[in-house]
Amino acid sequence: MSTNAVPVATEQYNYGIVKKFAIMAMIWGVLGMLAGVYIASELAWPFLNFNIAEITFGRLRPVHTTLVIFGFGGSALFATSYYIVQRTCQARLWGGRLLPELTFWGWQLALVLGVITYMAGYTQGREYAEFVWPIDLLITVVWVIYFAVFAMTLVKRSQPHIYVANWFFMAFILATALLHIFNNLQVPVAWNSLESYSLFAGVQDAMTQWWYGHNAVGFFLTAAFLGMMYYFVPKQAGRPIYSYRLSIVHFWALSFLYMWVGAHHLHWTALPDWVSTLAATFSILLLLPSWGGMINGIMTLSGAWEKLRTDPIMLFLITALAFYGMSTFEGPMMSLKSVNALSHYTDWTVGHVHSGALGWVAMITIGSFYHLIPRLWGTTLYSTKLVFVHFWLATIGVVLYIVALWVAGIGQGLMLRAFDQYGNLAYTFIETVTFMHIPYVVRAIGGAFFLSGMLLMSYNLYMTISGARQSASTEGRDAVAAAAR
Amino acid sequence: MIGDIFAWLGDMENSKPLALILFFSAFVGIILYVYTGKRRKQRLESYKDIPFMEDDELDPTRQKKQQVKKDESTNGK
Repeated sequence: MSTNAVPVATEQYNYGIVKKFAIMAMIWGVLGMLAGVYIASELAWPFLNFNIAEITFGRLRPVHTTLVIFGFGGSALFATSYYIVQRTCQARLWGGRLLPELTFWGWQLALVLGVITYMAGYTQGREYAEFVWPIDLLITVVWVIYFAVFAMTLVKRSQPHIYVANWFFMAFILATALLHIFNNLQVPVAWNSLESYSLFAGVQDAMTQWWYGHNAVGFFLTAAFLGMMYYFVPKQAGRPIYSYRLSIVHFWALSFLYMWVGAHHLHWTALPDWVSTLAATFSILLLLPSWGGMINGIMTLSGAWEKLRTDPIMLFLITALAFYGMSTFEGPMMSLKSVNALSHYTDWTVGHVHSGALGWVAMITIGSFYHLIPRLWGTTLYSTKLVFVHFWLATIGVVLYIVALWVAGIGQGLMLRAFDQYGNLAYTFIETVTFMHIPYVVRAIGGAFFLSGMLLMSYNLYMTISGARQSASTEGRDAVAAAAR
Repeated sequence: MIGDIFAWLGDMENSKPLALILFFSAFVGIILYVYTGKRRKQRLESYKDIPFMEDDELDPTRQKKQQVKKDESTNGK
């Protein structure tokens, strides 16, 4: 029931903090996806609201997005960035025990407070940045410490060159700091109030929000996970990345281009037309570095494709790259004004986000964790078969999800744009809602597939860790017994 | 003088082509830097092995290739 011979983790590095973040990533992942499946079910079967305000879609939706993006994704990024920077720099994490621990407890506290305030009805009303202003301040402090820990570890490295994965992590940390601060410039109603007003108004506010929103996708959900990819794909494949030079071009092109594309979320609004066109143009350009990175990752397996038949972890990593390629093709296509006129304000957008979030972000994290966790605990994975089962549950789940929302979104878009021969709208709004019922049911089923895979993974990793602990305590007892003799 | 420069930059008709020239030159510069020079190519590509410095997780065919490379460079000296 085990796979992969594993070297025992050494105490040369601070793995304690990596373990903590990894475990919390799994817990938040399960809870966040559970919230996601529940709100997807609420859309299909509205009685699930039960007339309880705290669990209605409007309140649970930010709970879902916050827990999966910042809880699952964020904790996974803390874990893997702390692991990778130590391993590739051959240096222990800077800041002693205290500073990395502060990032852990600060980040977890922000998430818990976020969930409580959302369910109580407090939100800033900014997408992916719903935290109220005191939590924003807490996150700022945590992020500055994170930056210091990561940057100072790079400074004291033993390895002369900074491996490319760390470049991506550094870009993610710096860009997120910038985005978080400017998007959350708020004027509190009072010092003892959780409510606040944005510093910006009108279209500038919308622009700021989507500059943040798309760069959260670009730097938090893409660049940082590419850092993960550039380390764990080669490690799992047992072969270095296909082209290091391509990774350099990938990094600079991606970092430069992402910053300009946020305005494609505001086509056909009060935004100046040239800004809209600029965003669409840069979105199309973004296809090149995105696919360059995807090809670089996938071609790492060149000459060793048979691994895909035998290694389910590799399957996760390569499928994640395939979804990355697919969603980074779909995104630029949707950013074209003519396509956007159909897709915007429909569930096609939600489907697109999830092909990236589940297919790319979650799958690359899952593959990385299956590689990482046995090594952190100096053991082997409890069950490879369960990883295979997880892979198929996850893949079927994503496919069901995105296909259902293609049908829902494109159908909804066409219905909203249809006119009769007199120029009146051909369909009422409620007719579009009725049309989407079946796709919504399929979407909820797809989400449930993905969630069940996460539960299976939690069980597999729990058994892996508890097995490692048991063998460690047995070895300890044997050592004591031997010493007593 | 500085005011004039800022006024010139503040005009979108000037700043847009200027930004295009600067960013495009930077991009071309990076491409040229990365893809020219035999020794630079070898140096940059050698960094891809950094994740494997601490363990023997390279697959056997790759390990063999690396050993051959190492032997060649030792014999060359």
